[in-house]
Amino acid sequence: MSFSRGSRKIFDNIDLDIERGKLTAIMGPSGTGKTTLLKLIGGQLKPDTGTIHVDGENVHELSQPALYELRQRTMGMLFQSGALLTDLSVYENVAFPLREHTSLPASAIHHLVLLKLDVVGLRGARNLMPAELSGGMARRVALARAISLDPEMIMYDEPFTGQDPISMGVLVKLIYDLNKALGMTSVVVSHDVNETASISDYIYVISAGKVVQHGTPVEIEHSSSDWVQQFMGGLADGPVPFHFPASPLMDDLLGESSSGVMR
Amino acid sequence: MIAHWLQLLGHRTLSRFSRIGKGSLFLMQCLLCLPYPLKKPQLLVRQLYSVGVQTLLIIIVAGVFIGMVLALQSYIVLVDFGAEESISLMVSLSILRELGPVFTGLLFAGRAGSALTAEIGLMKSTEQLSGMEMMAVNPMKYVIAPRFLAGIISVPLLTLIFMAVAILGGFFVATEMLGIYEGVYWSQMQAKVDFYEDLVNGIIKSAVFGFVVVWIAVFEGHDCIPTSEGLGQATTRTVVHGSLAILGLDFILTALMFNV
Repeated sequence: MSFSRGSRKIFDNIDLDIERGKLTAIMGPSGTGKTTLLKLIGGQLKPDTGTIHVDGENVHELSQPALYELRQRTMGMLFQSGALLTDLSVYENVAFPLREHTSLPASAIHHLVLLKLDVVGLRGARNLMPAELSGGMARRVALARAISLDPEMIMYDEPFTGQDPISMGVLVKLIYDLNKALGMTSVVVSHDVNETASISDYIYVISAGKVVQHGTPVEIEHSSSDWVQQFMGGLADGPVPFHFPASPLMDDLLGESSSGVMR
Repeated sequence: MIAHWLQLLGHRTLSRFSRIGKGSLFLMQCLLCLPYPLKKPQLLVRQLYSVGVQTLLIIIVAGVFIGMVLALQSYIVLVDFGAEESISLMVSLSILRELGPVFTGLLFAGRAGSALTAEIGLMKSTEQLSGMEMMAVNPMKYVIAPRFLAGIISVPLLTLIFMAVAILGGFFVATEMLGIYEGVYWSQMQAKVDFYEDLVNGIIKSAVFGFVVVWIAVFEGHDCIPTSEGLGQATTRTVVHGSLAILGLDFILTALMFNV
C-alpha cells in the first residue's frame, strides 16, 4: 500500500499483516505516519495504491453504510487525545455508542456502562465531565467507550504519550489485559519503545515510508540494523545524526565574526 | 512577471471554484441528513437553545434600539413636510422589508454563525468528529444536521421577534418622546402595511439568509484547518462571507420581490 500527502510520500509500498487475537505494535519516529496508518486501516483515508483488508473485507471498496457496519462490528479506536465528546459526561460518553447502535433498554445500557467503566477503574468518575479528567483518565474513559460494543479489533493511537508513570502503568496493564483476557486483536501505534515492546506479540518498525524491521520483540531487540538499535535504545547519535546537516561549526563562527567586522 | 500574476490568478480562481464545489457537495450531504435530527428531537432542541435562544438577547436589544433610532430619524425628515404622523409607516416598512431580515441575519452571523464554526472546528481539531466516524456514527447526522436545521428554524423566528420589538421601540419614541397619538401610530401601519408583500416577503428573505449563513458556518467549521490559526481564519470567514452574502442576496431578493 502506498499513500501520499501532496508531494510527500508517507508510505511507499508497505506490506503489513496484523494477526487476529495478537497485540501488534507499530513503532517509528514522530512524523512517520503511524496515526495516518490507523486512519487508513479505519477507512478514514484512502491509499493511493494497494488495498487494506479488515476481517476479509477491502475497507476502501465498501460503501459508506457497509464501512460503518464494519467499524461497528470490528473496530474500536483509542485516539491520542481521547476524543471524548466534551458536552457529554463520562457516563454518557461510554453510553453513546450503545445508544446509537443498539436498542437495549436503559437498564441494560446502565449496567453495561458501569461494567465498562469498572474495567478501566473509573466507575466512580461516571458523573464527571471530560474537562474535569486528567489526560490519563480521559484515555481510560475513551478506552471504556472504545470497548463498549466489544469490537474484534482495537487500535491505540499513541496511548502512552505524555502520561505519568502511574497512568502509563495503568494503560499498559489495561491494553495487555484486554488483549489477553478478551482476545481482542490490538494494534498499538507508539514510539514509547519499552512499554510497547513489553506487551507486544509482534512489532513493525517503520521509518521514511518503509517497514524497516519486523519481528517479535526479542528479534527486534537483537536486530543487526544500526538504525533499529538506535531507535530501540533511544541513542542520541547514530545513523540518525544528532546534528541537523550544517556546514562545520568553525566556518559558521568565523563567517559570522568576519561578517560582523565587515559591518 | 505577467505570467506569474496570471498563474496566481488562475490558481486562486480554480481553488475558489473547487471550494464552492466542495461546499455544494457538503450541502447536499447535509440536506440528505436533515431527517435524522427529527428522529432524535433532543439533539434539535439542544441546538435550538444554543443557536436560537442564546441569540435572543442581542436580537431584542438591537431591535429595540434600531426601532427607536428609526423613529427619531423619520420624524426629523417627515416633520418638515407636516407628515410626522406617517412615522409608523416609515418604521414598519423599513423594518419589515429590509432592516428586520438583514440585521437579524448579520447579528446571527456574528453571534451564532461564528459560534457554530468555532464549535465544529474545535470538535474537528480535538478529533471528536474522527472519533464519531470510528464509532460508526456519521458526524453529518449527529453534529452538522441538527445545527443546520436549528439555524434554519431559528433565523425566521428571531426575525419576527426583531421586527416586533423594533416596531415597539419606534412606538415608544413616537408616542412618549415625539407626542404622536397612539391610535395614529397603529392605524397608519394597519392601513398601509400589506401582510404578504411586506411581512411574508421579509420572512422569506430571513429564511434565505438563515439558510445561507448556517450553510457557510457549518461548512467553514467542518472544513477548517484543525489548528488555532485555521480555526480563527474559519470563524472570520464565516462572519465576513455570511455578512456579504446577506447583503448581496438582499439586493437580488428585493429586486425580485418588488418587481423593480
